[in-house]
Amino acid sequence: MAWQALDRTKPVFDKDAPPVLSEALRAKIRSFFPRYETQRAALLPALHVVQDALGHVSHKAMAEIAEVLEIPPSAVLDTLSFYTHYWDHERGSKVVVACRSLSCQLVGAEKVLDACKAELGIDEHGTTEDGKYSLVTEECLAACDHGPCLLINEKLHKCVTPEEVARILKDPKNAEIDPPRSNLFDGPAAAAPAPAIEAVGKTSDIQEMRES
Amino acid sequence: MAKFEPVLTKNFGIEGIRTLDVYRKQGGYKTAEKVIKEQKPEEVVEVVKASGLRGRGGAGFPAGLKWSFLPPDREVTYFCVNADESEPGTFCNRVLMEEDPHQLLEGILIAGFATKTTTAFIYMRVEFHEQFHILQKAVDEAYAAGYFGKNVFGSDYSIDCYIHRGAGAYVCGEETGLIESLEGKRGWPRIKPPFPAIEGAFKRPTVVNNVETLCCVPHIFERGVDWFRGIGTENSKGPKLYTVSGPVNRPGCFEAALGLTARDLIFGDDHGQGMRDGKKVKGCIPGGLSVGVLTEAELDCHLCFDDVRNYGLLGLGTAGAIVIPDDADIRQVLKNIARFYSHESCGQCTQCREGTNWMYKIAARIAAGAGRISDLDLLVDITTNMGMMPGLSICGLPDGAAFPIRTIVQKFRSEFEEHIRNQKPGVVEQVIRKTNPAAYELPILGQRAVSV
Repeated sequence: MAWQALDRTKPVFDKDAPPVLSEALRAKIRSFFPRYETQRAALLPALHVVQDALGHVSHKAMAEIAEVLEIPPSAVLDTLSFYTHYWDHERGSKVVVACRSLSCQLVGAEKVLDACKAELGIDEHGTTEDGKYSLVTEECLAACDHGPCLLINEKLHKCVTPEEVARILKDPKNAEIDPPRSNLFDGPAAAAPAPAIEAVGKTSDIQEMRES
Repeated sequence: MAKFEPVLTKNFGIEGIRTLDVYRKQGGYKTAEKVIKEQKPEEVVEVVKASGLRGRGGAGFPAGLKWSFLPPDREVTYFCVNADESEPGTFCNRVLMEEDPHQLLEGILIAGFATKTTTAFIYMRVEFHEQFHILQKAVDEAYAAGYFGKNVFGSDYSIDCYIHRGAGAYVCGEETGLIESLEGKRGWPRIKPPFPAIEGAFKRPTVVNNVETLCCVPHIFERGVDWFRGIGTENSKGPKLYTVSGPVNRPGCFEAALGLTARDLIFGDDHGQGMRDGKKVKGCIPGGLSVGVLTEAELDCHLCFDDVRNYGLLGLGTAGAIVIPDDADIRQVLKNIARFYSHESCGQCTQCREGTNWMYKIAARIAAGAGRISDLDLLVDITTNMGMMPGLSICGLPDGAAFPIRTIVQKFRSEFEEHIRNQKPGVVEQVIRKTNPAAYELPILGQRAVSV
């Protein structure tokens, strides 16, 4: 990623705007606290929760996460900017991740990536105009036996051929998986959840959070 | 030698094995119960030490020895399970977690008991979505059955287990990088010592073990140390999951005794079953990208902790073989390898941050048809001057970058030279002028750049 200079003469977000993190999200973040010795350690789970609910982690969201975790906002930006999984700007509702590592390349990942670019009409790190898809490449997805592979949000598409790409991308259910879901979004069910967590919902999944 | 009987993969494919009930019917958690009820933690450590179990994550450090480094008078111990499998070509941890999640949890229980762990964190890479849901479900079930939480099996041993998801960084598979990431910071590896056993996560004694290492642990107690020591070669004991990928007929994950040859892995009927579409093998990266490359003639290398070093490789690595077919352009392979490390270098140590990028630029230029013979020497020179082995870096990532690039340049040098000799005259100058015109305004570079 190229360096991006911020215009320091202007505030990066509007302090007076209404908060972007709902009370349910904040409660969810606080529910991670008992796991770790420091509150900062809940930062990665918190960023996952916020990104899943809001699509990306804006500067305003970062400041609000910092408020919940009681750490400086710069610490949130510092951590977030290190990891490739987090988006600090708008992304499509589905993120197509194409594996570009050696195993996949040797069985034709480049052609699959080209087919994705042609089908979506965007380049790497681009987002389609309707905001439906973003396209990125990533290093090994640890599915080398199924190469070339594409990851669309949570769903891994295995042994993709360039001809299949158009069909996969047109399929409205291309990002859905059906594993045995845990009752709690991200934590052991038996570890006596605090009342605040129950308010988020029993299956407390991302979708439910969005609906509420 | 008696016929090898798989244990790590023995439950694979059984209907409903991801659920606790079915796993228990297969005899699951009985070993953990027996160990926790009947043995003392120190005895458990001694058993694992005696078994000769070496870490499966890449470095091959003896697991029991690692556990014995913990200070005896500790109150809190953390256990980190390294499920950040990001090494290209490696996917055995993924298979273990999606096929038989309770086997891992049983391993965590026993290993946690041996190390008097209070909390275990499974650090799982974020790209494992399905595996995360499967494992989380298994953890929930284990909690509900009383295998995690307070007073496990009625003893006074209590352990908590959480899954902590990473966010897409290769370097977080390094144990101190993992710990930093667990603490909510950038995954920057720490300077050692102090080692994690003394001061790890949250400044407490911490053990970091790979998923596969832990999956071996219940079987050692179930079948005994002698059984475990009877498998494998002199210094490499036990079963290992080998993975093979690339254009082979049957890419996948196969269990075998340590010491399988690369040729057997690629061509064996039980394993890769030969190459697709009549291709031939040009080379093979036998243990995850970082270990280096074997040529076709070297395929009889035994994939165990020792023999690989005779072929100039870094080590066994994760035993994830990537097969390079004869029709692959070796320059593109080099470029892909160099790009991986330049992308994944965390940026702490200068010679790794700059060196990996430098190597990528050179590799990209060679791949674009504008290489110079001197570039090959330069690449080898860079690889010998970065990394932990000359004592220059904090973690082993630059060593991981050095070995594949050095071995591929040295072992396939004639092929590179042939490509470079067949380039159009003057192409080097054209490419450099296009990508970096300033280079030609400096007189010294202007003179050097014209000689091919």
